[in-house]
This record gives sequence, C-alpha cells and structure tokens, in this order.
Amino acid sequence: MLKKIGFKLIIVVGITAVLIIGIFSFYNIRSESNALLAEVERHANQLSETVKHSTRYDMLLNQRDRIHTTINTIGEQPGIHDVRVLNKVGEIIYSSHEDDIGKMVDKKAESCYACHAANKPLERLAIKDRTRIFRLNPDSSRVLGIISPIYNEHSCWSADCHAHSKSQTVLGVLDVTISLKDVDEQIRKGEIDTAVFALSAVIALSLLIGFFVKKWVDNPIKELLNATHEVGTGNLNYTIENKRDDEFGMLARSFNNMTQKLSEARIQLFQSDKMASLGRLAAGVAHEINNPLTGVLTYSSFLLKKTQDNHEINEDLKVIVRETKRSREIVKSLLDFARQSVPKKNLVNINEIVEHAITVVENQLSLNHVQLNKELEKTLPETTLDSNQMQQVVINLLVNASDAIGPKGGIITISTALLKLSPYGITHIKKATCPKRHDLMDNEYKIDGMPSIKLKIISNGNEGFVNLDPVYGRNKHHFDLSFNLEGKNDFQVVCPKCGMSLIEENKRCPECNAPLYNLEIPSQGNVEGCITKECSWQKWEAVDIGGLKEYIEIRISDTGCGIAKENLSKIFEPFYSTKGQKGTGLGLAVIWGIIDNHNGTINVESVLNKGTTFIMRLPLKPNK
Amino acid sequence: MKKQWDILIIDDEQVVIDAVVKICSSEGYSVDWSIDAKDALNKFDKNSFRLIICDIMMPDIDGFKFLDELRKMQILSIVIMTTGYSTVENAVKSLYNGAIDFIPKPFTADELINSVERGMKYLEIQNSLNNLKNDDESIIFVPCPAKYFRLGYSSWAALEDSGTILIGVTDLFLKTIDSLSEIDFFNIDDEIVQGNQCASLKDKNGRIHPLLSPVSGRIIEVNKALRRNNSLIEKDPYFEGWFYRLIPSDSEYEIKNLTNCSSDRL
Repeated sequence: MLKKIGFKLIIVVGITAVLIIGIFSFYNIRSESNALLAEVERHANQLSETVKHSTRYDMLLNQRDRIHTTINTIGEQPGIHDVRVLNKVGEIIYSSHEDDIGKMVDKKAESCYACHAANKPLERLAIKDRTRIFRLNPDSSRVLGIISPIYNEHSCWSADCHAHSKSQTVLGVLDVTISLKDVDEQIRKGEIDTAVFALSAVIALSLLIGFFVKKWVDNPIKELLNATHEVGTGNLNYTIENKRDDEFGMLARSFNNMTQKLSEARIQLFQSDKMASLGRLAAGVAHEINNPLTGVLTYSSFLLKKTQDNHEINEDLKVIVRETKRSREIVKSLLDFARQSVPKKNLVNINEIVEHAITVVENQLSLNHVQLNKELEKTLPETTLDSNQMQQVVINLLVNASDAIGPKGGIITISTALLKLSPYGITHIKKATCPKRHDLMDNEYKIDGMPSIKLKIISNGNEGFVNLDPVYGRNKHHFDLSFNLEGKNDFQVVCPKCGMSLIEENKRCPECNAPLYNLEIPSQGNVEGCITKECSWQKWEAVDIGGLKEYIEIRISDTGCGIAKENLSKIFEPFYSTKGQKGTGLGLAVIWGIIDNHNGTINVESVLNKGTTFIMRLPLKPNK
Repeated sequence: MKKQWDILIIDDEQVVIDAVVKICSSEGYSVDWSIDAKDALNKFDKNSFRLIICDIMMPDIDGFKFLDELRKMQILSIVIMTTGYSTVENAVKSLYNGAIDFIPKPFTADELINSVERGMKYLEIQNSLNNLKNDDESIIFVPCPAKYFRLGYSSWAALEDSGTILIGVTDLFLKTIDSLSEIDFFNIDDEIVQGNQCASLKDKNGRIHPLLSPVSGRIIEVNKALRRNNSLIEKDPYFEGWFYRLIPSDSEYEIKNLTNCSSDRL
C-alpha cells in the first residue's frame, strides 16, 4: 500500500497543498486580524473623545453627578468593558464600575505605564502608544484599553470651583477599555474556517488524484500485470483489451504485438523441433528398413540371375525385384522428406516459378470458377533455390486455396514482393575460424540441421565443448560442460584444433560482464558473443552494418472458407488434414520443410469464412 | 604366411553378409565376413584381403573409423562402402576418406558385382603401377590434370572462368570398365546432386556402371560431340570428352569434399 505510486503521489500533492494553503492562510489571518484590531482601536479612540467632549461642560460646572450618569450610561453599552477617569495622582474619580471609585491605581498599572515608564512622565502620546491590549485575568478574554489625557485649559483653572491650578498640564486621564471578545471570536472563526478549507481541499485533491491514478495508472498496470502473468504461465494467445490512446495504450498494443510474435515464433520453433524429430525418425526407419530390403533385393536379384532359363519363376522374380526397387525409391523419398538430402538449388526468378505453377493448375482453377489475380513484382532479383521444390510449394498452396474456395468459385490472389528485414535472429553463420584460421564448424553436431560452431572450454581443470548456434542472435547453443566463472583464473575458451584462445581481452559482455568470445567469419568480419549459458548477447558488426536483409515474399490469399483459429497451429503438422479421405495431410508439412530448408519462414493468416493467406519469406542471398 | 582372401564383408546385419557372401562366391571370389569392425581388424594378423566391403553405420567402430584404422595399420586393401543411411553426404565423405566406391543400400546383385568387378580392376591397375619400374615408359592410365578436382577416382570437375563447371569421367574409371559400349546421359535442365548418379556407362557385357556426380547443379549443356562419338572419351577424357556443363549450386562448399588432382602428382 505505502509503496504504490498512487499513494506516493497523494502524499506529495497533499503535503504541497497543506504548505501552500497554510502559508496563504497564515498571512491572510494575520492581516485580517490586524485590520480588525485597527478598527476596534479607532472605535475606542472615537469613544474616548466622545466621552471627553460630552463630559467637558459638566466638568467645568463641576457637576459630578451628571458626569457619573454619563459615564455609567456609556459604560453600560455592550462591548465596552470600563470607562473611568483618573486624577493626576492615580485615584479613580469616575468609573462605570461604581466599586472602583476612590481606589488608587498603581503607576505600573496598564493604564499608566505608557507615560510613567520613563522617569519623567510624558505629557503627549501618539494614539498607537495610548492603546494596549491585555487580559485582566489570564483566563479572561482580551481587552483593548485606550487612555486619553485630559489637559489643563484656561476654563479649567479659571472656573469658580478652583479645582485645578494654572500650573498643571495634565489634569487626569480618561481610560476606556473595550472587550475584544467578539473580535477574538471572529479571528478564531476565521482560523477554523481556513483549517477546514485546507483540510477539505487536501482530502478533495487526494480523492481526485486517487481516482484518476486508479483510472489511468492502476487499472492499466493491473491489466498489464495480469497479462504478463498469463503469458508467463504459457498462454501466449492472451491479448489485452485496451482502447486507450495514452502511453499505457501504446504499451498494451506493443505487448499484444510481442505476444503475437512470440506465439508465432513458438509455433515455428515447435514445428522445427517436430520436423527435426520426424526427420530423425524417418532416417532411423530408413536405416532399419534398408537392411531387410537389402536382404530381399540381393537374394531376389541373385535368384533372377540364376533362373534365366526358367521363364515362369523368372517372371515372378522380376516382379519381386521391381517392387523392391520401388520400395527403395519410397525410402529414398522418405529421406528426402526428412531433409537428409541437400536441396538442388540454383539461381532462378521466383516469378518464373510462380508462372510455371500457375500453368499447371490453371485448368483446375477455371473448372472451379476461381479467378486468379497475379500481383507479381516486376523487378524481382534472382535467388538461389530449388525450383522444383518451390514449384511444388506454390502448386500445393494454389490447390489448397482452390479446395478452400469450393465449387461456388472465388478469387485467389498471388503476389510476390521484395522486403527488407533485420539480420538479427536470421543470418546463418556458415563458416567461422580461430585467429589461426582453423575451421570451427562442426558437421557432427547440428543445430536445426545446420553445422554448429564448436569451441573448447577449459574451466577448473575440466575440459568440454560448446556448440554455438550458427544462426546469429538465435542462441540455441549446446553446452556439454557446465561451468561457473567464479574461478576466473583458469577459465579459457580455445580453438579445439590449435588451442588458441578465443576470449576477447579487455572487453566484457555489456549485459552480464562475462568474458566474450570472438570468432572470425572469413571476409565478413567478426562475431562476438557472451560465453555464459544464461546470457544471449551477440554482436556481428559486419552484418549489422549491412542493415536490413532482403527477402522475397510470396503471398497466396483466397476467399475460401478460412481456418478456425484453434486449427491454425495444427495445419503444418504432418498428417493433419481437413480433407478427410482425399488428402494425406502431408502437404503443408512438406511445404514447411521445404521453406525451412531454404532458410525461409511460412506463416498463415486466416479469418473463418472470409479467406486465408499464406505468407512465405525467402532470403535473397541465403549464404550471406 | 597370411591366408589370401579376395573379399572381406563387414556388416552388422547377418542377412546382408549372407547375401554378399552368396553372390560373390557364385562369381568365384573367396569371401570372409565379420559382424563388427573390431573383429574384422583382428583378422588382418593372419589374413590379407584384396577388397573390403564395409557398412558405414555400425555400432562402436563405424565405417569412417574403420578407414582410419586401416590407414594406421598400413593395410592397402581397397574399400567399398555401403550403408542404409543412403545420403549424399555419407557417400562423398567416405570417398574423400579413402574408400574407392560407394553402394547405397538396398542394392541388387548386379550393382554389387559391378562395383566389386571395378574394384578388382582398380586393384589390378594399382598393382601394375607399383610393379612398374621408373624407366618404364608405358602409360597405364592418364591421371587427371592439375587444377581439376575429383570425386573418389571416378568423376572430375573443372571450374571455368564464367562460374560454370565442367564435369566428366576419369581415365582410371574408364579403365576399370571392360570396354565402354554405351553412355546414358541426363538431359539439359536436369538437376544433379553431388555423389548421386549423373550418367550410366554400359560396358560390352551389358553391365551398367553409374557415374557419380562430383558437384551439384543444373545441367546447361551436354557434350554433343561425345554423344555422337563415344570413343572421344577414351582418346581425351579430360578436355574433349567432358560430359556436362553445369551451373553449380554450392560449389564452394562441395569442392571441399573433393580431392585436388594437383596433389596426385607429388
């Protein structure tokens, strides 16, 4: 939970929001309360001036009762804490609190402190210095007090009462205190409001982020994770249903593409394995059956020679010899099927082969009301292949297409094109040597029918061999010695013939830092690769520089019945057939074998009831 | 004194041994047999054989190892290979390793006898070559020219500047056939494969001898002069008497399996 991206984002955004709102509110509340206090201060000052002016006449007449009444009336106003008049020595003369009258106020008291703090009492004060905010008791609300000195005037000392002498400057002080309870409450309310706002903003932001993170990040990641689990457990047909346009949508599409490619590769690999084992089986059967056949053929042909004059027996023996010879041809073609014999390749133009094949099946197609469209690339270069085998492939596919269309008729489109594809995972290393030019190719150990590259490994005193896959980047290597690179000192990879080291010094695998081998490819630079079983790093600069490799593509599409998705993986299997009694089921398996034998690939795309397309790709230059 | 035999047959199948023994005996040869190569190698202490017929695919010691062992023991018997694993590769490989001929299984009695007869003739020629003194001027057969390549002792290939290849039959092979009477050619545009039959030569006894092709490719020209006149081949088997002109399919790789005729003259 704490490690989730969404949660982290919420925390970061929440903290940022709290900081911004906090700082903003702090200054906002401060300026607001300052403005409020200033207003209260102004109000208090006005009040004290009013008191002074409204009691002035009574003072001059020395009508104390009237003054009392006035002060009491004003002091009873809500929000006004106290109104009092102090004389020069600090005695309270008038007060809205009657009990205080006659009491002495200490010079250190809040009301006096402003002027009496210095040694000599001040006579004039700015309004700011005449106000003070204080608490009467620590737990009571704040009050604002304002003192307003009453100055001696001509009318004061010239009055009949002679209460004041001429020499006095300040006659007394009017002290008005106003309760700040309301103002404080207002400020606190503002603070609470701000806090509530900040909190709700953070919560709303978090919810919003949480929602969209879940929608835009969590859910697609969950889907992807689920998909990788599915693919990891072997379900390569799993696709992510995703119609997003964002990066996750792109990732999902690329993931779907990857699994599709993987599943195609797996089918090819599976097919390749199966054909290889079928080849071994056929070769084994051929070998086993050849010995008894030899027995039959030698004895029968020997007898045939010896019975020249017995016409009747001779004729029968001829049949035996003839049929045994026929069996011999069958075994031979079985071996051909098992790819034991080299295809008879020469330089031809694929278009010619296609044209030849078309003339063979043309009649059959027109009988079935099939229209044949040719889209042949005119400037196709010649390529090395077995023209007979290739023609067989094209004929078989055309006949299959026609069968798929049925008697109602339809369209077959055959097209050829030139393509360029990356060499990695495709290019075949036909020859590799050590620095002393010893051939490293091993005809005894073949990988997918191709001679492997044999290297000798010496590790911790053990010697063994590794047979490298001759297909650049495919990595079907075979190790007959397991080693670890812990005891690095005596680890060596050498030429099996001269013992010359093949390890590249001062260079390490960029992926796993293990030692690299370096093989010379005559007239085609060097191949380097990682020696460990686990790492698949390989680099063949000369080929990589050459960039994309050219392929000839042949496409044959029909508007026939199509192939159900669940059957697509089976169609290249030997003996798989949908034609019932009509077919043997070997057609597509043989085609697969032929294409594989030409280092090419064959793929099929099909939509049920819409049609099928077979796509074959053959390298233009098989030896390079 | 070692016992002299004509033929030793080595095969891990008793039925094949029985058939070969029967056929060869009926032709008047003395035949010994062995069911495995190890046992066969032990025979050489007390016996000598003119010709050995050996299977390639055998347990423990296979045909190729057997050829190596013979070379180590300096046994000069000539060897004809057989195998059920009738692939081009094996045929060519065994010829490169010192066998003189190859019979793919299953074979008929005639195919076996013809091969044995040629082998015996080959041995005869080799022996008379060894018996020749240096000062003897007579020529027994014309070796194939330098820069030519040969498959076993039977067919040759010569690279042409245009990238095509000429192929033909060696004089030695012709000498092992008792007077050639007829040649059965393949046709233009036919594909031929290294180590597989590319023509058959019929001798005056009606025996058919297959000629194995030295390289693979497509025939683009058949020697018309030779077609008209068989005897051309006996006069000049290496130049005028060529068989086919080919467009090779993978000559660079295949030529490694051929013997360079330049080394014959050392």
